[in-house]
Amino acid sequence: MTMLQGFQIALHALRLNPLRSFLTMLGIVIGVASIVTVFAIGAGAQLRLQEQIRSIGANVLMITPGAVYQGGVRLKDGSKLTMTEGDVQAILEQIPEIQAAAGSLAGTAQVIHEGKNWNTTINGTTTGHFMVRDWQLASGRYFSGAEESGAGKVVILGSTVARELFADGDDPIGAQIRIMKVPLEVVGVLDRKGPAQDDVAFVPLATAKLRFLGSASNINRDSVAYIIAKVAGDGQMAGARSEIENLLRQRHRVPAGQEDDFKVQDPAAAMEAQQGAIRTVALLLVAIASVSLLVGGISIMNVMIVSVTERTREIGIRRALGGRMRDIRLQFLCEALVLCLLGGAIGVLGGVTLSMTVARMAGWVTSIDGQAIGLALAFSIATGLIFGFYPAHKASKLSPIEALKTE
Amino acid sequence: MTAASPPLISLQSVSRTYRTDGVAVTAVRNVSFEIAQGEIVAVMGPSGSGKSTLMNMIGLLDLPNEGAVYLQGADVAGLSEDRRSSLRARSIGFVFQSYNLLARHNAIENVALPLVYCGIARKERLARAEASLQAVGMLHRAHHFPRQLSGGEQQRVAIARALIASPLIVLADEPTGALDSRTGAEILALFAALNRTGQTIVMITHDPGIATQCRRTIRLHDGELVADETQAMIPPKRNAVS
Repeated sequence: MTMLQGFQIALHALRLNPLRSFLTMLGIVIGVASIVTVFAIGAGAQLRLQEQIRSIGANVLMITPGAVYQGGVRLKDGSKLTMTEGDVQAILEQIPEIQAAAGSLAGTAQVIHEGKNWNTTINGTTTGHFMVRDWQLASGRYFSGAEESGAGKVVILGSTVARELFADGDDPIGAQIRIMKVPLEVVGVLDRKGPAQDDVAFVPLATAKLRFLGSASNINRDSVAYIIAKVAGDGQMAGARSEIENLLRQRHRVPAGQEDDFKVQDPAAAMEAQQGAIRTVALLLVAIASVSLLVGGISIMNVMIVSVTERTREIGIRRALGGRMRDIRLQFLCEALVLCLLGGAIGVLGGVTLSMTVARMAGWVTSIDGQAIGLALAFSIATGLIFGFYPAHKASKLSPIEALKTE
Repeated sequence: MTAASPPLISLQSVSRTYRTDGVAVTAVRNVSFEIAQGEIVAVMGPSGSGKSTLMNMIGLLDLPNEGAVYLQGADVAGLSEDRRSSLRARSIGFVFQSYNLLARHNAIENVALPLVYCGIARKERLARAEASLQAVGMLHRAHHFPRQLSGGEQQRVAIARALIASPLIVLADEPTGALDSRTGAEILALFAALNRTGQTIVMITHDPGIATQCRRTIRLHDGELVADETQAMIPPKRNAVS
């Protein structure tokens, strides 16, 4: 008997009892669907992170305020804006590895254009910000020197904000929008960089201080909330980082032995670490889903054992008509395999549907790749072979004489 | 058949003992006989006389503890389980008292089944199954399932199945045991007709009326061969059926 004949016999036998066949494969269906879904969500999370890493730009260091002491009391990170525009200048001028740097102040506000309005992040910064992040314009221009120094009433929109405020085909460049009652002229619209990045409006740093975010920096008119700096090459990240740390300790007069009042971070490295964590969680979830496959396999074994018992006489007849032990084994192994493969196929369909539903309902990014589907199907074939073998072996070992005597 | 060729089946001092719960039961004791190509033989005896055990050994389903079974001169004891199965597919056609058709397959699929184990492709299997059904007069029922057929019809399908691989020998175990006498006579007539075409047939029965229709009768009692008689000629059939 050939494999093909085995599958024909198996399909014939399984068609006779469709409900039982379906219930038997349900465990496999659920297991495979879970694995496919978990993979899709995990891969989606990875894609999102990669996109975020890309959106920050390569070789970027981020300097944020650290803990500060005020009369012996230690305040939490970021509770005081410790960085200044002077720090930005010093970093640019004194550290040769730094190609570009920019300070930012940020807050949220309602932006209004004619009948439409939208709540978004207002980021006050300098043109250097776009250089650091390799962020190109879709149209228009960056801020001019005069606008940066003179607190010009201009704004550069992220693509999400431009889309929300302007109708299709309506050119935002040159249009007037209002933020907190201040009219501003749109001078540029940025390229898309990712859903999380594009929801922003940039104004010159001086404008932000004068018009919108001044109260937050009233301790020091020079303050910025954070600084981003671009390092020339990959290998220079660590060196540039310690140079910035030394420079800022001097400038901030941090006594030896005391904690820095700032933090220098490499966001891409931090996100890569996070990516590793996501992978670990995904693996854990896959392990849990595998338990469902295991249970599915046991249920298949159970039903196959019952089926062998029920069909003892059939086995006897087949043996008498010339079926070899291995033909009988192949027949029942094929049945288990067909159950698992069908279950696996239904599970893949279910998993794809489920992850698409999750993507739509929860707004998560999911990504289905052939590798995950292949892995899930390989798992179900393995399950069929492992859990189908014992019943098939048992069937093949039946004595044909005894089997023919059973009713 | 030349005199030099070995007999189809030869049993030499065959004994078969079963051990159940530590008690040895000898089902067949020191039985020897030969069956030649083209014979029709009735194996008779009361129940428990070892008829079925004898048939299992002739049919390669079982092996003797002592003595030897030769099929066309070859000792079957030396063959592996799987080799004996393959030999069974090609050389032995079984007919059972309870027909033993697979309930979930129709007549033609049942008839074609032994050819699956001879490695023959589906198209040829079905073509040969049709011819075999034709030979037993059941072609018009080819796509009926066993439950849709009468006992006599089921037994005809089973005979078609036994014949499909052109076996050396057809082994029939009480083939009329579950049938009424008229249908039984029809089945016996079918066997007689097959025998006239040269088919070797061994029929197990406890019915002396059936045995008288076979030229040769082997009688068993308590596992021992008590008589091996050959009639001069087959008596005329009382219920001749076309």
